[in-house]
Amino acid sequence: MKFDINEIRGLFPVLHQEVHGKPLIYFDNAATTQKPKAVLDALMNYYEHDNSNIHRGAHALADRATQYYENTREAVREFINAKESAEIIFTKGTTESINLVAQTFGRKFIGQGDEIIISTMEHHSNIVPWQMLCEEKGAILKVIPIHDNGELDYAEFEKLLSQKTKLVSIVHASNALGTINPVKQIIEAAHAVGAKVLLDGAQSSSHLEIDVQALDCDFLALSAHKIYGPTGLGVLYGKRKVLEAMPPFLGGGEMIKEVTFEKTTYNDIPFKFEAGTPNIADVIAFKEALDFIKGLGKPVIKAHEDELLAYSNELLKDVKGFIPVGTAADKVSVLSFNINGMHPFDVGQMLDARGIAVRTGHHCTQPLMKRFGIEGTVRASFSVYNTKSEIEQLAEGVARIAKIKNK
Amino acid sequence: MSIQEIQDEIVSEFEILGDDRESTIFYIMEIGNNLEAFPEEEQKEENIIKGCQSKVWLIADEKDGKIHFQADSNTDITKGLIYLLIRVLNDRKPEEIIHADLDFIQKIGMGGIIGSQRSNGLAAMIKQMKLYALAFQTKLNASNGN
Repeated sequence: MKFDINEIRGLFPVLHQEVHGKPLIYFDNAATTQKPKAVLDALMNYYEHDNSNIHRGAHALADRATQYYENTREAVREFINAKESAEIIFTKGTTESINLVAQTFGRKFIGQGDEIIISTMEHHSNIVPWQMLCEEKGAILKVIPIHDNGELDYAEFEKLLSQKTKLVSIVHASNALGTINPVKQIIEAAHAVGAKVLLDGAQSSSHLEIDVQALDCDFLALSAHKIYGPTGLGVLYGKRKVLEAMPPFLGGGEMIKEVTFEKTTYNDIPFKFEAGTPNIADVIAFKEALDFIKGLGKPVIKAHEDELLAYSNELLKDVKGFIPVGTAADKVSVLSFNINGMHPFDVGQMLDARGIAVRTGHHCTQPLMKRFGIEGTVRASFSVYNTKSEIEQLAEGVARIAKIKNK
Repeated sequence: MSIQEIQDEIVSEFEILGDDRESTIFYIMEIGNNLEAFPEEEQKEENIIKGCQSKVWLIADEKDGKIHFQADSNTDITKGLIYLLIRVLNDRKPEEIIHADLDFIQKIGMGGIIGSQRSNGLAAMIKQMKLYALAFQTKLNASNGN
């Protein structure tokens, strides 16, 4: 597929509406991306033609639904270049994927005095599950500091690593700042001391090519809704060996081999971790989102988003009172900023009046905001369907708002 | 002026602004500057109204049977909203505040202007002002020997 911005925008029905009498400019893509029509059609099509429970039904509909469901698993495998589709587990989202690892891998393999390393720029969903585990097990949480520009302090990370480190759980690209972390290097260093590595790919997976075999990460967590797919669906990738060594997460149907009242034996991966009837419709529709990305190619998507980010920086850098937050050299398309003298929530509301949707607040990264000594930021995050003209309108809006307190 | 008269006055002021959302928000931010200076030492945890996303401090005092409110916030839009509430409810008898029907909020379509999060915050502010009024009423009744 050739990159034609009008054609791409035409695939996303939600973009074509007015908000408060102005054309919608959707810049809250780091929170959730919009969905191409093919995803919506697949959802409807599933319920209209194929709805049935998967894996056990002895009838045509169940066979079809099972096949489509497993097709998506294979598409996800290809998307992250996993060795086999059995290493792909469907969850509710990145949050559940991380909690799954904490509650199974963590409970079995992390004990008293062991250390888990995270970074200052983690989302709460990559902080709290580890705090819960540490509290239960008497393990210790270590935090990699960051530099003022929002880049990881890699030298400090190396100092934190030791034989006590059992797990490094780190964000690939920061949702609040956009910083891309040197994950390949981090994974190698962690493996050298025998630690496993979990990558939080929630924010990176729509922008960056992820090859779990090349990276050699032990786990990868991501959310479908941030990569043009449905909400309430996520993925946990784990290496076969690691997943097999882990106890199950939730108990119930699907995840068992045989149940007696005396003893239950568990199913093989991935089913061991997919108890109960899964989110069949959303899984099936998710394949359309992956096909959309594949059709364009991530490098093409990234190049477009990089151009938008560079353009926004160029237009805003000289606006009086504009304070960028997170200026790492290597970033995904997240523009986080404040306006001198103004609360981010007020700025967000004023942009909303112009039909511009941004996120304001702490972005579920309160420790990171504390590191910068701020309450929150305004975050405009760009996606494949955004345009340079939309960036110009954002810049015009920000300039006008900034003028109120920065004459 | 009665509570109702002030509310009607506010409604007509907002009518002049018309439908332009941005101008309305600018106006709300602007009127927040009319708030009486809030004592810095009162910007403490116990004076924060729960249920607001932004920080709102509210204190109240009673003089000659009437309640005087002072409030502040860390955001300009919220300051404007509190200013409107104080303009309507300040220096009135507790029972007036308790029974006040604040219909101006709905009449000016405030919910649509400020969105659901801030509307919840606004409701929390009103509730807190009415709770103060109730507390002062109870206190006044007790000291009057009722």
